[in-house]
Amino acid sequence: MAIKDYLRERFFPHMWCPGCGHGIVLNNMLRSIEQLGLSKNEIVMVSGIGCSSRISGYVDFHTLHTIHGRALAFATGVKLGLPELNVIVPMGDGDALAIGGNHFIHAARRNIDITAIVMNNRIYGMTGGQFSPLSGIGTMATTAPFRNIDHDFDVAELSKAAGATFVARTTTFHAKQITDIIKQAILHEGFSVVEILTQCPTYFGRKNREGSASNMMELYKKNTTPIGSQAKQENPELIERGILHEVEAPEYCNEYDKIIKAAMKGK
Amino acid sequence: MAKPKLKEHIINREWCKGCGICVHFCPKKVLELDDTDKVVAARPQDCICCKLCELRCPDLAIEVIVERQ
Repeated sequence: MAIKDYLRERFFPHMWCPGCGHGIVLNNMLRSIEQLGLSKNEIVMVSGIGCSSRISGYVDFHTLHTIHGRALAFATGVKLGLPELNVIVPMGDGDALAIGGNHFIHAARRNIDITAIVMNNRIYGMTGGQFSPLSGIGTMATTAPFRNIDHDFDVAELSKAAGATFVARTTTFHAKQITDIIKQAILHEGFSVVEILTQCPTYFGRKNREGSASNMMELYKKNTTPIGSQAKQENPELIERGILHEVEAPEYCNEYDKIIKAAMKGK
Repeated sequence: MAKPKLKEHIINREWCKGCGICVHFCPKKVLELDDTDKVVAARPQDCICCKLCELRCPDLAIEVIVERQ
């Protein structure tokens, strides 16, 4: 099946700005689904609100476009009801960690078999460039005209601490790695978090003088390094990419089934 | 494995927004933006079929078709 077959072509060209990284995530996420040989009926995509969440409208799976930050709560319901389906939840940084921060940590704590994709562009693009909990100290935003003084979250460390059993990070520059990591995240049984650094040339790039979309992608190449590389020891500022954490732990739907069996004993 | 041979670049001009990512990252400088800011394959004979343009296109507007061996 070609990746175009997974699209709702009637909604194209999509609404994202020229050079937006979310399109690259869509492109390569479809490639991983194609390589896994999954059919449209085996996937549910649940998203919240924001530029990134519009992705669910463009794919021809079972899709739910829900309320801001609560995609994981809806996804938990879908997964418990139909555990045989693959549930993928694409989210933006604000949707996942500001508005949906609570749902995010508790979905991770339960270790429910959902693949959460955090498209981190470090800004709220749709509403006009306000800073997000991932913008980080010293960045410029519409609501931080004299620079941001808020510290940012480390998504990987946060999800690991909250109990996610698969945590990975990559960038839109490393397109092949997106495909590879999403494939492994879907196959992993448990809560998987994939953070993808994606460029927002319209707001983050413009406010922070990072230039064009391709220039922002060049920065991802320059500022990231594979896990455990020599370069990281020489320059601790570099952001590591790859699979940062992977462990086996009891999965929520399986545990819930056991409870049902125990409660129904003898009936 | 034999070198892949280019058949054609399929460019969807309706979907292309002219962001220039494919032009920037093409290792052989095959692609260019035309007067209307849409991508065209200006030097297809230089294409090595690495498909980096196809993988990085945010608009899913370019496809590299390789000839069957």
